[in-house]
Amino acid sequence: MSTLLEMSGVSVSFDGFKAINNLSFRIGEPELRAIIGPNGAGKTTFMDIITGKTRPDEGRVLWGEKSVSLLKMSESQIARAGVGRKFQKPTVFEAQTVRENLAMALKNKRGPFDVLFYNKTRAGAERIDAIAEEIGLSDQLGRISGELSHGQKQWLEIGMLLAQDPRLLLVDEPAAGMTPAEREHTTDLLRRAATKHAVVVVEHDMEFVRRLDCKVTVLCEGSVLAEGSLDHVTANQDVIDVYLGR
Amino acid sequence: MTSFFAQNKSVAWVLLALALFVLLVTVLAPATGTGVLSTSFVKTLGKTLCLMLVAVAMDVVWGYTGILSLGHMAFFGLGGYMIGMWLMYARTELIIAESLRAAPIPPTPEEIHDAIGQQIFGVVGSADFPWLWGFAHSLPLQLAMVVLVPGLLALVFGWLAFRSRVTGVYLSILTQAMTLALSLYLFQNEAGLRGNNGLSGLQNLPGLDVVPQATISIWFFWASAAALGLGYLLFAWVVSGKMGSVIRGIRDNENRVRFLGYHVESYKLFIFTLTGIVSGLAGALYYPQAGIINPAEIAPIASIYLAVWVAIGGRGRLYGAALGAAVVSLLSSWFTGGGAPNVNLGFYTINWTDWWLVLLGLSFVAVTLLAPKGIGGIFDLFSRRHPVPERVGDFGPDQGARRTVEGEEEK
Repeated sequence: MSTLLEMSGVSVSFDGFKAINNLSFRIGEPELRAIIGPNGAGKTTFMDIITGKTRPDEGRVLWGEKSVSLLKMSESQIARAGVGRKFQKPTVFEAQTVRENLAMALKNKRGPFDVLFYNKTRAGAERIDAIAEEIGLSDQLGRISGELSHGQKQWLEIGMLLAQDPRLLLVDEPAAGMTPAEREHTTDLLRRAATKHAVVVVEHDMEFVRRLDCKVTVLCEGSVLAEGSLDHVTANQDVIDVYLGR
Repeated sequence: MTSFFAQNKSVAWVLLALALFVLLVTVLAPATGTGVLSTSFVKTLGKTLCLMLVAVAMDVVWGYTGILSLGHMAFFGLGGYMIGMWLMYARTELIIAESLRAAPIPPTPEEIHDAIGQQIFGVVGSADFPWLWGFAHSLPLQLAMVVLVPGLLALVFGWLAFRSRVTGVYLSILTQAMTLALSLYLFQNEAGLRGNNGLSGLQNLPGLDVVPQATISIWFFWASAAALGLGYLLFAWVVSGKMGSVIRGIRDNENRVRFLGYHVESYKLFIFTLTGIVSGLAGALYYPQAGIINPAEIAPIASIYLAVWVAIGGRGRLYGAALGAAVVSLLSSWFTGGGAPNVNLGFYTINWTDWWLVLLGLSFVAVTLLAPKGIGGIFDLFSRRHPVPERVGDFGPDQGARRTVEGEEEK
């Protein structure tokens, strides 16, 4: 298991409030990791830093075999390098069809002229069909995605994440708004993705985390409080104090 | 290609309607048909076609990409200036050559050049050619300028604006500032484009003095129709398929598009520059029909009108924008040209030349509030499928769904 992403000594503050405080984090490929933590622990900011949305005040974020710094790259470059993100609130392009959403996410060249002269390929269409099958939206491909239910939008966004074929999947609250059966499906999907790639799941739901059966990182006040198996961290007194004990 | 027309049925209809319209006007025009239409009306129709082309370009920028540019008429005007320079130079050259032919000693090329300068720049108290007239003697070079000058301005301005991630109303203000600055600059005599006099006599094509204006008017009408048809095809192709998907994505949520790996700024720049170039070409066809161009043509108000046409016609569908430009600009010339009869209310007479702008303003407000889809929305009544869904906002989840509050994603 080689290191895919390494953050060290990362701090960021908003108006004096330290959202991330000297955070260090490492994930290999393949690996599945769950991140838990109380509200305001900096989970979303953590993802914002990796995807380039937020620039840290200090620290290093290194990526891949060549250990390139993600801090010098724009959001789109980071995404092209292989970081995919699923947002907490499903953000799909509501005015476009499910197929269009997936086609936009599909791994292809991203330059304006590549896109302008893009020809639909059989391989691309098959990939879209396969993903639609996986996320259970095969019969919804022609629908405007704004009409989908909340759970279906979650699935569509997961599908868009898969279509990008990223090396690191950042998944924010995937199970929100899903039925128990769908949650199970999501767990399967994430665990399967984690056999090849690095997957980071931010989740509130302990039951869901337990089912993922992976290493857990507990964030609190912008830094790592504990790391290890779920049983290990839930036995940790600090964790019980700040999070579970409430 | 066939699948393109199959997927975009409106394109074929628009081109068919345009072809029928051209046929009708040709049959009724003074030079080629019965002459029911006057030469000046044929010119008005030709100019309207050019305005429709800019409106289509504006719709791609605003309705599809979500950039409310209030400066696209600057590119239109620049296109007009670029072709106007050649028209003025070449025609003056012929006149000078004619008048100097009688001279006892044949004039040298320098003398002719100086005499042209005297003739063109006499009105602004100068006789020297500014550097920017360097290509004016050559039609091919000046035609290249029609494309290059608006294109470069759009490229440089867009690059500066988009890379600093100026969006929304701030970008609109910036584009207004651009067109205002350009207009103020051109008002100066030192700018080298004859200041507030502008370029005139553009309706007279050099070497074609024998051809009556009636014939020239129908030529330009045909050329404008061809440009509109080709421009419409081009933009319909651009906004269909994956490019259209990406730019509509940028309009609705540009951050999300970024996280998919698309360099949003490049896309905005591409659209901004492409539409700038097409606007320049439309201007180059418009001003020879108008006969005169001056800096007032690129004042901020011109670009605001453009946005009003597109809004009234219906954003987000190309034929809506074209229709809006045609209806509003033709109505405008009818009302302001004394075509509309005054309304006597007994205590007050509504003189439409004064009240047209008020009427236009009211209809703009009415369309925005009551019929956001604009004139183009009428066509939805005939077809089941909506070309662009009217709603881009959040459709859910409703209050009953499980929602987390922490760290809501900003839009």
